[in-house]
Amino acid sequence: MTYVIIGNGVASVGAIEGIRRLDHEGTIVVLGNEHVPAYGRPLISYLLAGKIGPERLNLRSDDFYRRMCVDLRLNTTATAIDTKKKTVTTNKGETIPYDRLLIATGGVPFNPPIPGADGSGVYNFTTLDHAQALIAAAKKMKRAVVIGGGLIGLKAAESLFDRGVDVTILELSSRVLSAAFDENAGRLAARRLAETGIGVRCGVTAKEIHRDDKGGIIGVLTTDGMFVPCEAVVVAIGVVPNSKLAKDAGIKTDRGVQVDDSLQTSAKGVFAAGDVAQARDMITEDNRVVPIWPNAYNQGYYAGRNMAGAKESYEGGLAMNSISFYGLPTISVGQVNPPKPEDYEIAIHLDEKRQIYRKLVFKDDRLIGYVLVGEIDNAGMYTSFIKFRMPIPAETKRALMHGEPGVFLWPEQVFDKTWNPAGADK
Amino acid sequence: MKRVYPDKEYCIGCHLCELACITVHSKSQDLIIAYTQERLEDGLKACKRFQEKGPTCVALSCRHCDDPACVAACISGALQKDPETGATTYDIEKCVGCWSCLMACPYGAIQRHPTLNKIVKCDLCRDREGGPACVAACPNMALKFEER
Ligand SMILES: Cc1cc2nc3c(=O)[nH]c(=O)nc-3n(C[C@H](O)[C@H](O)[C@H](O)COP(=O)(O)OP(=O)(O)OC[C@H]3O[C@@H](n4cnc5c(N)ncnc54)[C@H](O)[C@@H]3O)c2cc1C
Ligand code: SF4
Repeated sequence: MTYVIIGNGVASVGAIEGIRRLDHEGTIVVLGNEHVPAYGRPLISYLLAGKIGPERLNLRSDDFYRRMCVDLRLNTTATAIDTKKKTVTTNKGETIPYDRLLIATGGVPFNPPIPGADGSGVYNFTTLDHAQALIAAAKKMKRAVVIGGGLIGLKAAESLFDRGVDVTILELSSRVLSAAFDENAGRLAARRLAETGIGVRCGVTAKEIHRDDKGGIIGVLTTDGMFVPCEAVVVAIGVVPNSKLAKDAGIKTDRGVQVDDSLQTSAKGVFAAGDVAQARDMITEDNRVVPIWPNAYNQGYYAGRNMAGAKESYEGGLAMNSISFYGLPTISVGQVNPPKPEDYEIAIHLDEKRQIYRKLVFKDDRLIGYVLVGEIDNAGMYTSFIKFRMPIPAETKRALMHGEPGVFLWPEQVFDKTWNPAGADK
Repeated sequence: MKRVYPDKEYCIGCHLCELACITVHSKSQDLIIAYTQERLEDGLKACKRFQEKGPTCVALSCRHCDDPACVAACISGALQKDPETGATTYDIEKCVGCWSCLMACPYGAIQRHPTLNKIVKCDLCRDREGGPACVAACPNMALKFEER
């Protein structure tokens, strides 16, 4: 059996670990177009901030690929897939045959056309190379504008600020973190950033990037007619699935590469996982692209197991984000901005002064989402109610609303199965 | 693999497991110093999550799951599955304190370190001969370390 994996991010690492749980013999070839082994992509903000050195980036130990018997080919880009001949071609002219293929090509930054964007001084922030370019550039720049107030934009802003750069964030919608968090959490996070001196401007975006005669950036003209002087611009509006390779091969794509419950694509023997995949979501029960780390690992892991013959069905991803802003931890899991709030029961506890916030979203007798800011220590216990789809009677609901989740609120049989499965001397 | 199984029918809520836990994980290896100094000064903390409801109580810790949610969620590689022992291992040096694992683990088995930007999680007392100290310390055999 020959497994080929395109991409060397966390979905790929998940797949390697998944395959090797079941198959110790098969050949695994990994094609990665970056120049380093898999690293903690979210760690690039810690690197840019100067909180960690490059030696801490690796996701697995140096001997990982050797121990897992993986033929890792770095600096190698897959250029085409032939699903009939079952081969992958690379930029180095190789044609690699596969029995099972995983597309784990991740996402690519979305760059809308902005007049003046062509030229030096405009950056993205999704790879190690981007981080290193920004570290070098930060030495020379005084001011930067970050376009996009999502997770990546805020992290880029915070990290540049830690490098001594004056930063202004522009966010087109009315609040930051609108995708993953709710309004109150977004406001608390924005307030924390503003308190430290980062400019946060919502409801506006960049209209034009202005340059001097030599082509250097001098500032950004915003949609409300203001001019923000700066020497660099970071475009962090979002990532889109990197699905071109799959599409060109005739594999079904929608927003991302479509996969079934075994994570297989429309082509037999070809699987997809991670930011590129449009896979099942546990809460919405439809297939969607949720570009987050835990989903990427899990999809890779279960795709890997299925590639090795497991025939398991993927339980579905659960949207979750944990992010801290200058010591203010925020966590969001599941459905936190329900489309029709009147169909849900929403419990909110907000203490503005102490910057503590808790929001629970119930649908019928289930918990389907929550947000925590400030006090996060019980997060996992809330997650359990969502993940295990536990029915929530009135008394349990009250306890959760009071911020007192716990295992004794679980149904007895779930408790026993989890903590004291058969074998106990009773 | 052998795991620690807590039994709420036998747990008497004495917290001796926690004392044993902080002692083995202390610098001094001395209960009194661990409790009176290291706990307060260094934030030494037991990896147990204690739960109580009326007269019932139980001391929970990492289950070392076969397919752990924390390993999937860990952005730094600090949490990994040891292919040989099956344990879910934690490398404090790699951890960046993002709390992704704490959010992802549905068993509440991961806690924040009181003073460092790190987590506290059961390591099955891997350096201790005779297995986990909490199991040895429990006076009512409410914690069992066995294969199931
Ligand atoms: C700054 C930042 C912070 C983040 N923080 C968080 C966070 O805190 N929590 C969270 O859940 N998520 C976070 N994310 C998102 C998370 O990093 C992604 O969801 C995750 O990395 C997706 O993993 P993946 O393996 O699907 O794709 P990727 O990590 O994007 O890996 C895909 C790899 O495939 C390579 N590749 C692409 N095409 C080819 C080809 N044709 N041939 C060969 N190789 C190819 C790419 O170069 C890349 O190395 C963050 C992202 C960024 C950028
Ligand atoms: S807090 Fe540490 S161990 Fe937990 S997910 Fe983050 S980096 Fe990994």
